[in-house]
Amino acid sequence: MAAPKRGRSASAQSKPGRALALILIAIVALTGGMFLSGHTTPRLGIDLAGGTSITLEAKSDQGSAINKANMDTAVEIMNRRVNGLGVSEAEVQTQGDRNIIVNIPKGTNSQEAREQVGTTAKLYFRPVLAQEATGPAAASPSPSASGSSSASPSPSASKSGATGEKATSSSSPSATPTSQGRAVTDALKADSTPSASASASSPASPSASASGGTATSSEAKLQAQYAALDCSKKAQRTKAGEGAKPGDTTVGCGEYGGVWYKYLLGPAAVAGTEVKKAQAVFDTQTAAGWQVTMTFNSKGASKFADITGKLAQNTQPLNEFGIVLDGQVVSSPTVSSSITGGNAQISGSFTQEEAQNLANMLSYGALPLSFKEQSVTTVTAALGGEQLHAGLLAGAIGLALVVIYLVAYYRGLSIVAMASLLVSAILTYVIMALLGPAIGFALNLPAVCGAIVAIGITADSFIVYFERIRDEIREGRSLRPAVERAWPRARRTILVSDFVSFLAAAVLFVVTVGKVQGFAFTLGLTTVLDVVVVFFFTKPLMTLLARRKFFASGSKWSGLDPKSLGAKPPLRRTRRPAAPAHTKEA
Amino acid sequence: MSKLGNLGARLHRGEISYDFIGHRKLWYGISILITITAIVGLAVRGLNMGIDFQGGAVFTTEKTSVSVSQAEDYAKEASGHDAVVQKLGNGTMRIQIAGMDTQQSDKIKNKLAADFKVDPEKIAADLVGPSWGDQIANKAWQGLAIFMVLVVIYLAIAFEWRMAIAALVALIHDITITVGIYALVGFEVTPGTVIGLLTILGYSLYDTVVVFDSLKEQTKDITKQNRWTYSDIANRSINGTLVRSINTTVVALLPVAGLLFIGGGFLGAGTLNDISLSLFVGLAAGAYSSIFIATPLVADLKEQEPAMKALKKRVLAKRAQADVEEELAEVRGDAVDDEPEDTPHAVVGPRTQPASRGRGRGRPSGKRR
Repeated sequence: MAAPKRGRSASAQSKPGRALALILIAIVALTGGMFLSGHTTPRLGIDLAGGTSITLEAKSDQGSAINKANMDTAVEIMNRRVNGLGVSEAEVQTQGDRNIIVNIPKGTNSQEAREQVGTTAKLYFRPVLAQEATGPAAASPSPSASGSSSASPSPSASKSGATGEKATSSSSPSATPTSQGRAVTDALKADSTPSASASASSPASPSASASGGTATSSEAKLQAQYAALDCSKKAQRTKAGEGAKPGDTTVGCGEYGGVWYKYLLGPAAVAGTEVKKAQAVFDTQTAAGWQVTMTFNSKGASKFADITGKLAQNTQPLNEFGIVLDGQVVSSPTVSSSITGGNAQISGSFTQEEAQNLANMLSYGALPLSFKEQSVTTVTAALGGEQLHAGLLAGAIGLALVVIYLVAYYRGLSIVAMASLLVSAILTYVIMALLGPAIGFALNLPAVCGAIVAIGITADSFIVYFERIRDEIREGRSLRPAVERAWPRARRTILVSDFVSFLAAAVLFVVTVGKVQGFAFTLGLTTVLDVVVVFFFTKPLMTLLARRKFFASGSKWSGLDPKSLGAKPPLRRTRRPAAPAHTKEA
Repeated sequence: MSKLGNLGARLHRGEISYDFIGHRKLWYGISILITITAIVGLAVRGLNMGIDFQGGAVFTTEKTSVSVSQAEDYAKEASGHDAVVQKLGNGTMRIQIAGMDTQQSDKIKNKLAADFKVDPEKIAADLVGPSWGDQIANKAWQGLAIFMVLVVIYLAIAFEWRMAIAALVALIHDITITVGIYALVGFEVTPGTVIGLLTILGYSLYDTVVVFDSLKEQTKDITKQNRWTYSDIANRSINGTLVRSINTTVVALLPVAGLLFIGGGFLGAGTLNDISLSLFVGLAAGAYSSIFIATPLVADLKEQEPAMKALKKRVLAKRAQADVEEELAEVRGDAVDDEPEDTPHAVVGPRTQPASRGRGRGRPSGKRR
């Protein structure tokens, strides 16, 4: 909360106009931005606006079993994927034993959402065996450094021999650990040498004893596949790498800087499930821009240390590993040294969005099961506009009652109160509308209710302040000093109690997912806005109004009438003569 | 209004005050009674969990001309539960009903088929898992626990550990009452309910913190005087912030009451009921507990301290010694309430009337800023 500090210097001094101008400019700018962006209403959640419903069916042909635990994990991962920041109000639930329904609110790019939910979505780190810009080009066999194989310390790698030639011949077995026995052709063997040693450390490789000779046909097939692959064609892209098992050598496509590259990829060295956490961070220290940091679990960390240690000794492109999601290479970072300890950064000329996307994929990329899209259909709102209207109408009536109460109780002061509420309402609305396109924020019915209740939280801050001012007046001060003296104490109370609200919101946001997270976001937003409004609007406005005769003279209708507030008559008498002196001072 | 304004003034001067602390046993008793009722209600009736928590059945009809609201009625009739009905893009309808097993769902399917006048075979029935599942609900609980720990630490640092404990007790009190009422009334627990409950977290504490803030300020130099015990000052802080508490509670409750009675009751909007009921009960309980539970608890805890015990002894001795003088001091004490804010109201012992008057004359408040 940096706002309070700035507010203190800006508004506690005699420059209330500046703070007011600041917040008005902010409101105008935000509102202008809202109209410019064309999103003039907040996005509504699926319960209010309807949306798209996707039914996914778990595929049984892939290794892992379709059971409740796996389905639940899949639901959780999909939930994270479609909810991104957790504010888009998408719903994910299981249906029957093998189906998952994903409901996405209207206004979300449903095409994108379908891609995000993913049909297979399995993430692997695979060593790159060959790579080239797509198109009808010949293989680019960049010979590998001979040191790579001799340096590999794992026992299974030593079986593959130390000299370059031997390594070449043994590379195919180690790259073909499964009984299906796909292997690379002779032409590619040179390239695959390093990967042979790398893959030797992958869990699949201990079983790598298939003879190279019998696998020739599939080697040829893969070679042909790689040669024929044209990643600039979408149909080929989606088919590339389809059905590849983790232990297979496979092909894949990836895009970098608008150019499609095709890859020949070794067996998976690390699985996406072994990534504990990934995050997009902005590196301010080395000015390297956006980076993605990854943390592996202990198993993943040792595997990652192994593969990076081996890859680092190779030359381009054999020192790269491909991060493969659904057969597509989403990133192919170059390894410059062995990375131990389970923490790694991927840097490159990422934009913020790219970095976050990659981090998302790394964090949530690995589904335990594969899914097939069964149906995609639009659905109407589960609650409908009727409920929203009832809610808004009730909210409006409640608000009217609040206004009546405030006017009756605070009279002239209620102008300040209502203006503050209005500013707060405008800011909340505009920011919610802008957050729709920005981070996928969507408002569901509980959030609407929460926003209505936030009226209470906002009103509380200035009631605390008003009561302090009135206490000061009761003690016989005239209005202007009362306004200033009441502020520091009211400010502390407001900050302390808003901090508690904010803490609740922040904890819930960090810990939970889905709807609770969306709600926590709303709560945190309104709390921060409350502080902003009180510091930059209510207080400066109060300072300004205290200079007006209507308030300063304690008119009966100002709500600050010393007499009706019960300031003590003797004190009032001594005060009265002093009052004009203050006005002159100003 | 001016009556309430007067009340504020008189509360401020301490002319009238309600002895919240003195009657604390009564309020503790009432709270314990309500809490027990809530727990019994919860144990006996349990909570009526919605489809989001316990899963249920989903029926998909073929293309139909039945309207959504009609389908809702049919489904409710057939199952006795509230149903969530959505019309799908191709004209078919999806009806979700909470808490069904296979057998029940077959029965309801047949009933629905009769209502919709279609062949039961044309209605697909499927059991859905709880989308809010244990996982998400557990995470909400986890969040709640972490929040409580953090807030206790924060309050213990910002105020002191006794206040942190009292605030926590008040918070648990509010949540228990709200959940208990849910069990007793039998409203369906939806994600909205949980969200309403979580809103109360922040709000209930907000109220409590405001009172504590005033209490902390007023008891800063409490040991330097011997006219007031801690309880006296605690009572005074409650009374001093009473008008604020009433005002903020009214302002917060009015819109929620609007949602509950107008939105929920009059317009018959079901989901609004769940949310606004939990909010309404929680907000009311929060206001109540900050005044009647949290602050008296702090006073109770604080009076255990040796320093406070000694103070109480001194104060009582002094009072016994000169009852009449005490009366006079009361009057004087109030006059000196117009202290600069760095001196708490209560620390008035050594002050004399003339000093106060002189201060009033000689110090234009503008200068003191």
